[in-house]
Amino acid sequence: MRAGDETAMEALYDRYSGLVYSISLRVLRDTSGAEDLLQEIFLQLWRKPGSFDPSRSSLGPWLAVITRNRAIDMLRKRRPESSIEDLMIATPPDFADRVEQSWAVDKIGDALIKMPPDQRKALEMAYFDGLTHSEIAAKTGEPLGTIKTRIRSGLLSLRRIFGT
Amino acid sequence: MSVHEQFAEELVLLALGELTGERRTSVEHHLQGCTDCREELMKLQSDLARLALSAPQVAPPARARTRLMDAVAREPRVAPRPKRTPWMLVPAFSAAVLLIAAALLWQQNARLRQKIAGLQTDLTDRQAQLAEAKQIVATLTATDAMRVTLVAAKTPPQPQGKAIYLRDRSSLIFLASNLPALPPEKAYELWLIPQTGAPIPAGVFKPDARGSATVIEPPLPNRVEAKAFAITVEPETGSSAPTSAILMVGAGE
Repeated sequence: MRAGDETAMEALYDRYSGLVYSISLRVLRDTSGAEDLLQEIFLQLWRKPGSFDPSRSSLGPWLAVITRNRAIDMLRKRRPESSIEDLMIATPPDFADRVEQSWAVDKIGDALIKMPPDQRKALEMAYFDGLTHSEIAAKTGEPLGTIKTRIRSGLLSLRRIFGT
Repeated sequence: MSVHEQFAEELVLLALGELTGERRTSVEHHLQGCTDCREELMKLQSDLARLALSAPQVAPPARARTRLMDAVAREPRVAPRPKRTPWMLVPAFSAAVLLIAAALLWQQNARLRQKIAGLQTDLTDRQAQLAEAKQIVATLTATDAMRVTLVAAKTPPQPQGKAIYLRDRSSLIFLASNLPALPPEKAYELWLIPQTGAPIPAGVFKPDARGSATVIEPPLPNRVEAKAFAITVEPETGSSAPTSAILMVGAGE
């Protein structure tokens, strides 16, 4: 039974470790920190498999979101902000299938390239650098309202591109 | 979707983990009773999950896998819980991990079904497009089609040819009318005259009894820029270079 569990864990790791590691590395910009977080995320899944609820989300997006959130917590040296059990994500996308994942990677890359540079920068600063809207406003010298609009409409434009 | 506008920005902040204190409590309270806002939050999480994919894709080092599996092997089998003996929990624990794997397979299955449905729609569309394309080609090439070339009144019928060439696809359609009949051992040959270099053979053809002819999609080299198209009379089997004077010629409009 135990061997069976570990095989299931290995299968999950092989499928999603690239996703979790890439996001960790992008946020933390440090390979050893990213490796630690990769370990933490999968160990947590092993210890508390019930924290992922398949009725609330697909596993790929769930891992992507909790990895990013946890990485930002680490960056800000704070305790985890939100309970991962509460996380609900609209059904699409799932990144389980490698083809689908690489399709989505290409599509998101393309969408960001086509986005006005100021908007892309604001999204990246909020999402990957974990800066608050006010910090982004201070850093770019733009009004706070402009930053809020840029970020929200940026996300909505991504949603339109993926047709959901 | 009628997200309460006053919460729209707050939901983004909440999804980004930026909302704290009273504002957070107040949004969370609102979410408990508002399906629209809850749905919007789920969609925002989905948007953010996609944004996460824009992180440059890097494979973790191989040692990370070993490290994880070693740690997993060292983990106690079950979290200590009162009033339960560990052996009772082993199946429950295993079942939970397997459940995730099963859920994953189920989701994959559902996605594949969705894909198949999508492909079927796509196939129907393509079949319709193909039928339409076939209809166009059939009309253009039918021997019994009536071919009418309109010219200024009182002009005697002139031999005419029309070449439609799409360089990017190396695709050529040629329609001719009022061509004089030829001796049996001769045929007309169409030439693509490139910007530089020798004429390229673009199809050998014989007109029908009414002087009409078509050349559809002759084999051509890739993406040659055409300066003009021309017709000569050649032996029935065609020539690789023109052997007679040009009868008809036309450059791009």
